[in-house]
Amino acid sequence: MQILVLGAGKVGWNLTRELIEKGHDVTLVERDRDRYLTVEQEIERRIQYGDASELWVLERAGIEDAEMVIAVTGDDEDNILICQVAKEKYGVERIIARVNNPRNRQHFELLGITPLVSATDLILRLIEHEVPEYGLVHLLDLPEQQLEIIELLLSPHSKAAGRRVADLDIPDGSLLISILREGRGFVPGPATVLEPGDEVLAVLDPSIEEDLTAYFAEDGGADG
Amino acid sequence: MFVLIVGLGRVGSSVARAMLRDGHEVSCLDEDPESHARLEIELDRSWEDMGGQLTVGTALEIEALRTAGIERADAFVAATNGDNTNIVVSQIAKRRFDVPTVIARVLDPYRAEWYEAQGVHTICPTRAAIDMLEAEVRNAATRASAGAGSVEGAAAGEGGAGIGDA
Repeated sequence: MQILVLGAGKVGWNLTRELIEKGHDVTLVERDRDRYLTVEQEIERRIQYGDASELWVLERAGIEDAEMVIAVTGDDEDNILICQVAKEKYGVERIIARVNNPRNRQHFELLGITPLVSATDLILRLIEHEVPEYGLVHLLDLPEQQLEIIELLLSPHSKAAGRRVADLDIPDGSLLISILREGRGFVPGPATVLEPGDEVLAVLDPSIEEDLTAYFAEDGGADG
Repeated sequence: MFVLIVGLGRVGSSVARAMLRDGHEVSCLDEDPESHARLEIELDRSWEDMGGQLTVGTALEIEALRTAGIERADAFVAATNGDNTNIVVSQIAKRRFDVPTVIARVLDPYRAEWYEAQGVHTICPTRAAIDMLEAEVRNAATRASAGAGSVEGAAAGEGGAGIGDA
């Protein structure tokens, strides 16, 4: 695939290296001369020097033929602009933007720029995953497709504890995809019996998240 | 009219003063507290005494924009020293806060032209400078070829359109 990566910081450089290794046709653009020269020693002609928010620089880097544009500069305004022109001016089908400051996420979303990658949010997810007291972990969010994958800790008082998967009355629009038990993960069958302490992975429509959470994580008596 | 100006360089601060003198209500937003001094150039009273408002904060901070009064702004001017910041914050003013008149200062002619076509009203000082310089040089060339005999006709000393702003 023809991929344009904008910004040769730690993220951009390592990403480019990985993508080249996977056989993609990658062009990286960096506006800092010293950084450019450092990276150029390793990847040579795959990096170009210039300000990626200048249209002619993007054109020289081949944006008109790019199948994917990845904006990972350290500047959120630049990432927004690059993705906006990539999508709306050059018709690039796949864009990925890095959000440096999580408070700027709303601006990316306002201007229709998704998907977004935010290091802060990723670390928060990991913390949620490592600290089970939260009960609910978002593993994947696809808001446009109205799908998400979440991880729930099965409470000992849940209505689901001790029941077979086939007998669960979980809300329509949700599906259990795997169970993590004592450090092992497996895909449940209809006869699998859920145990308290199980970590349950489910794919669902985000609008029914509360119902599903209530079913697994809270006391069975809470809603009768 | 209530005018909100983001970015108090030479352009932003001059426009702010002019609008205040015209009798409009003016609020400014800049990340540098020192920008206050630039606002008061050639004023005999303080900016606040004259009825002006200044908020210190960055352009993309929604809270700062709110404090500066974006929700009741009739006109919004983005004149920070970053083209991309101006383009992004203008779109926020327009799409999120429905400000009726939004103007972005964009130095890069190519970005200015494309965003103008997308409905973001842009002012490009570089474009203006290019056009003026081209016109001056063409005039000089015309004078030079017309008055090939008279040497002083080629002197184009009165140019100097001081637009190179940062």
